[in-house]
Amino acid sequence: MKVKPTTPYFYVLPGLFLVVMIVYIPVLSNLIYSFFRLSSYSAAMSFVGLKNYVALFTDPVLLIIIKNNVLYLMISLITQVGFGTLLAILLESSVSGKASGIYRNILFTPALMSLTAVGLLWQFIYTPKIGLLNSLLRLLGLDSLQHVWLGESGLAMLSIIGMSQWQFTGYITVLMVVAIQKIPDEYFEASRIAGANALQRVIYITIPSVKEQLLVCSIITMIGAFKVFTEVYVTTSGGPGNSTHVLGTYLYQQAFLYDDLGMAAAVGMILLLVTLAISLIQLKMARTGEV
Amino acid sequence: MQINSKSFTLRRMVSNRMQRILQTLLLNLFMVLLMLVILLPFYWLIVNSFKTNHELFLDSLTLPKSFQFKNYVDAWVQGLSQYYKNSLIVSTISMTFIIFFSSLTAYGISRFRFRGKTLVFLLILGGMMFSEQIALVPLFKMLTRLQIYNTYFALILPYVAFRIPFSTFLIRAYMLSIPSDLEDAAYIDGYNSWQVFRRIILPLSKPILASCALVNLNFVWNEFVFALVFIEDAKLMTIPIGLMAFKGQLRINYVVMLAGIIIATIPLIIVFSFLQKQFLRGLTSGAVKG
Repeated sequence: MKVKPTTPYFYVLPGLFLVVMIVYIPVLSNLIYSFFRLSSYSAAMSFVGLKNYVALFTDPVLLIIIKNNVLYLMISLITQVGFGTLLAILLESSVSGKASGIYRNILFTPALMSLTAVGLLWQFIYTPKIGLLNSLLRLLGLDSLQHVWLGESGLAMLSIIGMSQWQFTGYITVLMVVAIQKIPDEYFEASRIAGANALQRVIYITIPSVKEQLLVCSIITMIGAFKVFTEVYVTTSGGPGNSTHVLGTYLYQQAFLYDDLGMAAAVGMILLLVTLAISLIQLKMARTGEV
Repeated sequence: MQINSKSFTLRRMVSNRMQRILQTLLLNLFMVLLMLVILLPFYWLIVNSFKTNHELFLDSLTLPKSFQFKNYVDAWVQGLSQYYKNSLIVSTISMTFIIFFSSLTAYGISRFRFRGKTLVFLLILGGMMFSEQIALVPLFKMLTRLQIYNTYFALILPYVAFRIPFSTFLIRAYMLSIPSDLEDAAYIDGYNSWQVFRRIILPLSKPILASCALVNLNFVWNEFVFALVFIEDAKLMTIPIGLMAFKGQLRINYVVMLAGIIIATIPLIIVFSFLQKQFLRGLTSGAVKG
């Protein structure tokens, strides 16, 4: 191809410019902001050194936040990736038959709803008197299990996490179904001739063949668990007390309710470090060929 | 002896068959139960959206006595129509720009050698690692300074920039799989690189552009964080934030709120049930969640 040496830059620079200006510069600014005290409504900034970080790490709420994000991560990994993959294997197994397409589509439907719509819907579902959950429990005669699901600090976080599992398990299932469908039939054929049973086929053929997709699903689930915001904001906004705060809601609270942008930036830095670490693990595992 | 072994094989075949039927039954039973868990919230949502508030409070599990279509009309007239309009405008413009810039970048990276190409590629790719919240505070400051805070552009600009990395990645992979014979011939015929892009590469990339557009539509249509912070005026709100405002405005008029949730959800479910193949291709060749 004979093009002028400058030509390629005309194609890549507009996109690159936008990404640098609107993604990289703000992320870098966030690092700088985290050492300053500043407000939304004025351009003044005063350097405070590590004060924001000290305030953040001595705030007892941080412990609750980390606990909530980690709980989100663990339950999501088990349900969405673990159970979701199991569902994908079952849907693709020969026993599931013609209905498997219908099952898959139903499972996927909640993932198409916006987080707001799901949050508002589940807020109704968890409503004590008229909500679906308590009404069902009453119908089944399990009145004693009724709760104010989003109003009890011991239950609120688990209730929000439960709602997320309802929304996203089917999403992971669909991603895994597509990966399983890409496995060449000959693999299964060969293992059948060698006398492997269904469980052995899953362990020795299916799982090893889809481990790359499994890693991708685990990574997006882990990163998702740390950047979770809307689910909590719509349902409880961090309450009751501070029991359902996560990094995202805490950042929002500091920035736009308390007008402490420097503190919010420091929270952002934790989020950045965690998501970068997870991404780097993925890169490293992909490169060393472990997956 | 022969008869014995025959009946043995027969017995085994029968028991294998039985076992299989049993497995199928159990699996389908399990799936049907799971489907109930997934569908019950939808059932509850739909049924109650047709009731009066009084009926809802009496018993939220029963069917409505008569269908209150008025709830839907109220939800639409009292605010959702405006949010719909805003969402349509913001999504259409954002998607167009996302596809435009991403396909240009992908073309440049996949078809040419130039100084700094690796750096450009890594910078674009690396952009995928940053979640929106990390840039939230500085972007808020920046958009205020540029005086586009609280306008459609306060959403469009970040949406486009934040979706370029993923989209470029997706389109580039596809373009790499297009053989270069056609282009070589076109260059010999005197095409320049822009004509090759417009008339050969873009038309051949249509499938991935469609997938890319759908995945981004899903993102932009449902995006919450930027929309919450960068828009203040209720007249400019997109659906996800509009629903929140709507809830505050209705207070205890629950049934209209439920109708609103349905109205907000239906378009995407319709779009994706028709274009499922394209959407799934986009999702699975570059899996990223919400």
